[in-house]
Amino acid sequence: MSLRTPLGRVLGLGTAKDGTAHWWAQRVSGAGLAILGLWFAWSIATLPDYDHASAVAFISEPVNAVLLLLLTVTMGYHSYLGVQVVIEDYVHSHGIKITALVLSRFAHLFLAVAAVFAILKLGIGA
Amino acid sequence: MAEFRLPKNSRIKKGKHFDAANGSSNTKTFAVYRWDPSTGENPRVDTYEVDMDNCGPMVLDALIKIKNEIDPTLTFRRSCREGICGSCAMNIDGGNTLACTRDIKDVRGDVKIYPLPHMNVVKDLVPDLTNFYAQYASIKPWLQSRTPPPPDRERLQSKEDQELINEPSACILCACCSTSCPSYWWNSDRYLGPAALLAAYRWLVDTRDDATGERLDELEDPFRLYRCHTIMNCTQTCPKGLNPAQAIAETKKMLAERKY
Repeated sequence: MSLRTPLGRVLGLGTAKDGTAHWWAQRVSGAGLAILGLWFAWSIATLPDYDHASAVAFISEPVNAVLLLLLTVTMGYHSYLGVQVVIEDYVHSHGIKITALVLSRFAHLFLAVAAVFAILKLGIGA
Repeated sequence: MAEFRLPKNSRIKKGKHFDAANGSSNTKTFAVYRWDPSTGENPRVDTYEVDMDNCGPMVLDALIKIKNEIDPTLTFRRSCREGICGSCAMNIDGGNTLACTRDIKDVRGDVKIYPLPHMNVVKDLVPDLTNFYAQYASIKPWLQSRTPPPPDRERLQSKEDQELINEPSACILCACCSTSCPSYWWNSDRYLGPAALLAAYRWLVDTRDDATGERLDELEDPFRLYRCHTIMNCTQTCPKGLNPAQAIAETKKMLAERKY
């Protein structure tokens, strides 16, 4: 039990003077994803076939490869920002929270890099 | 982790039934949350069958009738009985509102009455608002001006200036909004909640106040302000018809405006 004042508890460690950049990044990446998502849905719908050869042909187009890279990187970034908020909302044990935030960052980075590598490999041709 | 189930000693049991219909055919049943810390028992829901031919129209009228005539142990806060003091805020029929302005006729079926959600309970329908009031105090809800007041009159506002604070200053701090907000349920230790943020906004847009920048500094925090995820329960539940969600959105816009 602590006899710290209620006001002292609320003021806590003070303000982090942060959060606006995160909030703005979430919205800007969301807007980017809306545009890229429409392009991606349209591209998938108009693919001539869904076999390996047509996927390679699609990604070999430089415009497609660049837009696909943008889509995966933006998606990874946006997802990371969102998952961070979910963890901060629901995980209250400090140790587990920090661990989860770091693991989430690793996982998102890993998936984004793996996706970039896959697109480059198919796009440039291996 | 966030707790989604009530702790064992908080789970609600079935309580006593009081038949006070007095032979009347016009009755309404009130199911009221009861908890007394001195007994060590779990909370329970008591039901009161009330004769509506001899009862005022509002939920608070029924609560006062129950306390006066049926069960004097029932505990709740009330004062003005006209929606301006904010004392009788409670959860009625699943929504937070003021018992004194909630018409019994608008509730279909039994009237279920609980204390404001996710707050520590002092007794029965009385929640502990210590943290809520401290959050209000933390936003410095008073005029901060570096401009000395004119020696011969008060600080003037134009009509347009006044209109900016008209709505946000009508908040009565009943805590209906903050205690309806899931973000506040999970993080009320660090998130200020819609009521305190609406109060902060009231001073952000006050044209007589010179501390806008310092006030924004104090709010710019991932938890104090940005736990708001635009769920909008606050605006939906406000018994005064105010819009805390919009005030929070405007505050976020101000912060973005000074950064970008």
